[in-house]
Amino acid sequence: MSWIPAPVIELINAALVTELTAVRGDGRPITYPLIPMWDGERIVMTSSILFSRKLEHCKDNPRVSLSFSDPVALLGRPDRATIQGDAAVVDGDPHIDWERVLPLWSAKEPVILQFLKARVAFPLFFERSVIEVTPRRVLYWPDGDASSPPRIVLAPATAGEAA
Amino acid sequence: MDIRAGVATFDGAAGIRRLAGFPFALLTWVGDDGYPISAAITPEIDAASGHVRFAEPAGLSVPVGPEISLTGSHIRPQPGIGYDERRHVTVWGTARREEDGGLSFSATAAWGWDEATIPFPEYVERQVGQSRRYLARLSAEAGRAVKPRLSLGWLTLRATRLPFLSATLIPVGIGIAIAAVHGSFDLPAALLTVIGAAAVHLGLNVANDVFDAQLGADDQNVNPTQYSGGSRVIQYGLVSLRRMATISVGMYAVGVGIGLVLLLTRYSPALLTIGVLGLLLSLSYTAPPLKLVYRGLGELTTAIGFGPLMLVGAYVVQSVGVLRPEPFVASLPIALLVMLILYVNEVPDRQADARAGKRTLPVRMAMPHIVNGYFLAALAAFAVIALGVLAGVLPIPSLLALLPLPLVWRVREGLVRYFDQPYGLMSVMAVNIRVHLYVGALLFVCYLLVLALAAVVPGLPLYIRWG
Repeated sequence: MSWIPAPVIELINAALVTELTAVRGDGRPITYPLIPMWDGERIVMTSSILFSRKLEHCKDNPRVSLSFSDPVALLGRPDRATIQGDAAVVDGDPHIDWERVLPLWSAKEPVILQFLKARVAFPLFFERSVIEVTPRRVLYWPDGDASSPPRIVLAPATAGEAA
Repeated sequence: MDIRAGVATFDGAAGIRRLAGFPFALLTWVGDDGYPISAAITPEIDAASGHVRFAEPAGLSVPVGPEISLTGSHIRPQPGIGYDERRHVTVWGTARREEDGGLSFSATAAWGWDEATIPFPEYVERQVGQSRRYLARLSAEAGRAVKPRLSLGWLTLRATRLPFLSATLIPVGIGIAIAAVHGSFDLPAALLTVIGAAAVHLGLNVANDVFDAQLGADDQNVNPTQYSGGSRVIQYGLVSLRRMATISVGMYAVGVGIGLVLLLTRYSPALLTIGVLGLLLSLSYTAPPLKLVYRGLGELTTAIGFGPLMLVGAYVVQSVGVLRPEPFVASLPIALLVMLILYVNEVPDRQADARAGKRTLPVRMAMPHIVNGYFLAALAAFAVIALGVLAGVLPIPSLLALLPLPLVWRVREGLVRYFDQPYGLMSVMAVNIRVHLYVGALLFVCYLLVLALAAVVPGLPLYIRWG
């Protein structure tokens, strides 16, 4: 069972889009919208090699955060969360490795299955990598209002280190 | 806005103006532990002055001095589909603490994407360079070449632009059918003609990509569609330029070989002339030194090659050199309509073509002339059919080929409406291709009908005979 609070997992599962923030080499944070998927332990996302700057940033510095903040993309949920974690980029074979996340992806974006049938039209779009984020710290705003302090939950190992 | 590098970057003030259109912003900074932190805030934004103020999120400490960012992000959920209306912007800058404890924000730079401004296919195309850089990095990391792939079938379809083969099958089929009506038909020669002509056509398609890649025309094009902008297999790294050149040479070799067999077995001066002329025009279409398509002669070359040369050539193979007016007249509407396929498909490419020095007719002409030019040429194609029947050169059933005429108006209206929208033009290009396909198929059917009627009802007048 995950240490992530249940409402946050519900947020991840509901979210059509999350904002992934990576840190560039010059220290500047850079944010990308992506579809988040929860595999039971990690937040999983996939990115085409066309939009691979984020992949480069994650490889160069795996410390990232994911924000679940847009009530529209959260299908009306008012709560918000930011998850800090470590990113791993899986891109052994960009042609097929990502297909393992297709069931999770198509659950949130069913039209992708139609696009995949027309792979010949967008061949580079379907050369993809997977980003797996292992959560380390969760900041949760139950009412979505940042004028109240967030509830902060640490991963067990991180909590142990902090102790 | 600067999108040359594949990413839409703009100055801080423009970023703030965009950010003002979002209902909230995501405030992000990098914490002391090196992890980014984000919190949703509702900033006060004066888009005119670029002034931004916001309250510090409770329980968190926003750094004053180091670079932070404000991000706006929007989608519209579409149940059962996914979402659309994708747009986001990130504005970078620094925070300054005000006397009242609030924070003000000075923007320095921004980036983002709005699919209403840059359509997704164009956005994808602008990122091709980044994908190549990433694959190079992956290859270095893996110690082996990591390349994009497509299945052989899809790759063949894409690299050779196989669906455009209808431009060859139609004139060759009609030429063979007319010869059959005139009493000449040899099945092996007919099959060889079809295969040889198709090989030259596919060789030309591939050669066109090779030379356009070398001359930079396809690299300049960020608005390719399934009908225009080339196959792009070279740009995408799916097939190397060298391999494409080899494929092209191979296709031409097959075509020339079949042509020699036909010349040896069914020699005629007409066939020799047509074969040599067709080969020269095909090779000169994109290849230096003539580069006919770069000089505004591509449309004429296409009309001659895929009209009279293909159709009359197929006819003289069957007739063993006997020439008659009918195949030539029948080739004229096909020539005009196939020329118009290229002409309309060049409309979305015209800016990229102009940058590459490819001076096609749509590059040279203004919009009203381009549209009127299309309309007049298309009407001329149909007029030739009607006049051919009235003159007794084409059989009366050829009038069936006038049925697609209303589509010409649809293409003209579409050209006007979507002239500057490459992706809007896709449906227009599809209709225009159907005009050629339908007219050609109906002419072919007409000749099959003539053959059948002549067999079933001998003496039935199938051509108008005045006096």
